Amino acid sequence: MTQVLLTAEGLEVSRNDRFLIGALDLVVRRGDCWALTGPNGSGKTTLLRALAGLHSEYSGRLSLAPQAFLGHKPALNLLLSPRANLEWYAALVGTSARAEERLAAVGLESSSRVPCGQLSAGQQRRVALAALALQPAPLWLLDEPHTALDVSGQALLDSLLHGHLARGGAVVCATHQPLDQTGRFQQLAEPGIDIKQGMALRRWQPRNG
Amino acid sequence: MVSRLFRAELRRALQLLWRSPADVLNPAAFFVLGLTLFAIGFGGAPDALGAFAAIVIWILVLLAALLSVESMFRREYEEGVLEQWLALGEPLFVAVLAKLLAYWLVLGGVFLVLAPFAAMALFLPSAAWPALFLTLLIGSPSVLAVAAIGAALTVGVGRGGVLLTLLVLPFLIPVLIFSASAITAAQQGLPHSGALLWLGVILTLTLTTAPFLIVGALRIGVEQ
Repeated sequence: MTQVLLTAEGLEVSRNDRFLIGALDLVVRRGDCWALTGPNGSGKTTLLRALAGLHSEYSGRLSLAPQAFLGHKPALNLLLSPRANLEWYAALVGTSARAEERLAAVGLESSSRVPCGQLSAGQQRRVALAALALQPAPLWLLDEPHTALDVSGQALLDSLLHGHLARGGAVVCATHQPLDQTGRFQQLAEPGIDIKQGMALRRWQPRNG
Repeated sequence: MVSRLFRAELRRALQLLWRSPADVLNPAAFFVLGLTLFAIGFGGAPDALGAFAAIVIWILVLLAALLSVESMFRREYEEGVLEQWLALGEPLFVAVLAKLLAYWLVLGGVFLVLAPFAAMALFLPSAAWPALFLTLLIGSPSVLAVAAIGAALTVGVGRGGVLLTLLVLPFLIPVLIFSASAITAAQQGLPHSGALLWLGVILTLTLTTAPFLIVGALRIGVEQ
C-alpha cells in the first residue's frame, strides 16, 4: 500500500493569466489532514481544482492517487432524491449504495425520497457528505466543507474526517474555520507550508474525546 | 466497468427527463404548434402543402431538437455534477453517449409518434410515409449529437439558445437536405435509398466523433 497519495513539485497555478500560486512543494501521505487557509480570492479553490484535475492552467509536476472532490456546488442532481443520487455515485465508483443506511448516518432518513432541490442548503450538504463517504478514494479534496452546516452537521463532518483518516485516508481541506473550533482536531507543532502572504497549508491531527 | 457506468448514466438521464418533462414537452409542443400553423396557413391548397411537407417537417424537427438540447448539460454544470464526472476520472464519453441515447429514445420517440399526424396534417402522400419514418429514425440521432456539441460549448453561457442555434444549424443543413430529398423523391415514386445511405454516413460520422468533441467542450466549460 503506497504511503504517498499526492506529490506536487514546483506547482505554479494561475487563472486567466493571473498568477496565483508559485512553486508549491507538497507531499500528502496517508493519515495526513492538511488545512488550506487564505483570504477570499487568494486562490484556494483554484489550487484545489488544479489538484482535482479540474483546472489545467498550471505548471510543475503533479501526481495523485484517486481522489474524491467536494467543491462549492452540492454535486447532486437536484431533481433526483438523495437516495437516487447515492445510488448513482455508488454505480460510478463501483461500490454498494446502502443508501438508506448512509442517509440515516447523516440524519436524513426521513427525506430520502424528496428531490434534493427541495432540501435546505445544509441538508444538501449532508447528502453530499454521504456521497463523499461512500467513495473508496483515499484522498479527499474538500473546498470549504463547513459551509451551510449546523452544529450537529459540523460534528458529523468531524466524525467523517476522523473515520477517513483512521482508515488511512488523507484530506486536503480549504477552510476559513479553524479545524479546532469543535475541539476534535489539533494543529501539529510544525511550521507547515506558507504559500504566500496570508495563504498557508497547516497539518492537523484528530484529537480524541 | 464501462457497461456499469453506461447503465448508471442512462438510468440517471432517463430519471432526469422523467422529473423535468418540460425538456421534452416544450419541443414537442413547439413541433405541434408549428405544424398547425403551416396546416392552417396553407389551408385551401393541399397540393402546395404536400410539396413542401418534407422540408416543413424537418425544419420543425431541427428547431425542436435544438430547443430541447439547449439545456442538455446545463443542469449538470450548475449542480457540479460535471465536476464530479471529471474529478472521478470516469470515461466521460460513456456518460455523454448514455445521455445522447436517453435523449434520442425520448425525443426521437416523440417525433416518431407525432410523424403520422404531421404527415396527415401536411397532406404528405402515403407513398412517402416510410421514407419520412426512416429519415426521422436515421437523421434524428445525428441532429441530437451535433446539437449536443453546441450545447456543451455553450454550457457556461447563461442563456445560450441563439448562440447554440448559430453555431450548430450550419452543420445540420446536410441532414436537412438529404432527409427532405429522400422524402420528396419517395413522394414522386423515385428511388431514394442514396439519400438514406448518406444519412447513415452522417450518423456514423457524428456518433463516432461527437462524444469526444462534447467531452472536450464540457472540459473547457468546467475549467472556465
